Amino acid sequence: MREALDQMLFVYASYGVTVVGTLAIVAQSWFAMKAAEARRDRAKSK
Amino acid sequence: MHIYANPARFLRIAKWLTPLLLVSGLVLTGGALLWGFTQVPPDRLMGDTVRILFVHVPAAWLGMGGWTAIAVASLVELVWRHPLAAIAARATAVPGAAFAAICLATGSIWGRPTWGTWWVWDGRLTSMLVLLFLYLGYIALSSSLAREGQASRIAAIFGLVGAINVPIINRSVVWWNSLHQPPSITTGGSSIDAVFLWPLLAATIGFSLLFGGVVLARMRTILADIQAEARLRRKAQKADMKADMQSDGAIA
Repeated sequence: MREALDQMLFVYASYGVTVVGTLAIVAQSWFAMKAAEARRDRAKSK
Repeated sequence: MHIYANPARFLRIAKWLTPLLLVSGLVLTGGALLWGFTQVPPDRLMGDTVRILFVHVPAAWLGMGGWTAIAVASLVELVWRHPLAAIAARATAVPGAAFAAICLATGSIWGRPTWGTWWVWDGRLTSMLVLLFLYLGYIALSSSLAREGQASRIAAIFGLVGAINVPIINRSVVWWNSLHQPPSITTGGSSIDAVFLWPLLAATIGFSLLFGGVVLARMRTILADIQAEARLRRKAQKADMKADMQSDGAIA
């Protein structure tokens, strides 16, 4: 029996994985950097 | 190259370059994906799944490019003892692993409607999975060494040895029978039609800018942690010395 696959579902899934993964790594790196630099500045001013 | 060995000089450049790379990367990547999603026609053979190309190929490029960068930074660290090289290698590992994982996931999603299977143990897919495991091993090793304050020479050697996998991934579709198609873009030219090639190029540049911005942000994080720790240690030493002097004075 032949499967009827909707190709666009696979396209949505691959874009979803990529966009979520990329935005997650960008946001995590940016906020971790801001937090680390704030910690360093606090240590400087103490 | 040694001009940039100074962390203070690096931080001055990275301060404006990090947001510039991230913002331009987000804009270019968003535009390229929208272009690929809405303007590109379905391929004659692959149909709509050809659009997966615009996320899968940049992820594969950055997965392999990330380890190449780790290998170059490791070499620079071992040969020239460049102070930022070890930090650059550590900062590249997590985004490199993320893009290797995205490459495997999108490749698997592409494989199901195209090959009729999510996964096959052929040369290309297996060597890419090995790359992801190498990244995970490198992240575990370099972060445990950094926690213990040891020299990162072991991680650098690991980074150099692991680079052997990069040409294996690249040549795997030529050396072994594979469901994966042979290289479409080579130094001799491209077999991809311009209608697909341009958005693919734009997406690859966009994701590369984002990758660069993420690496710089992670390098700044590592440097800030080192500086904060050094300052706190110096202050603790000063406080200890002061307490010793006071107790000596009290005894006298």
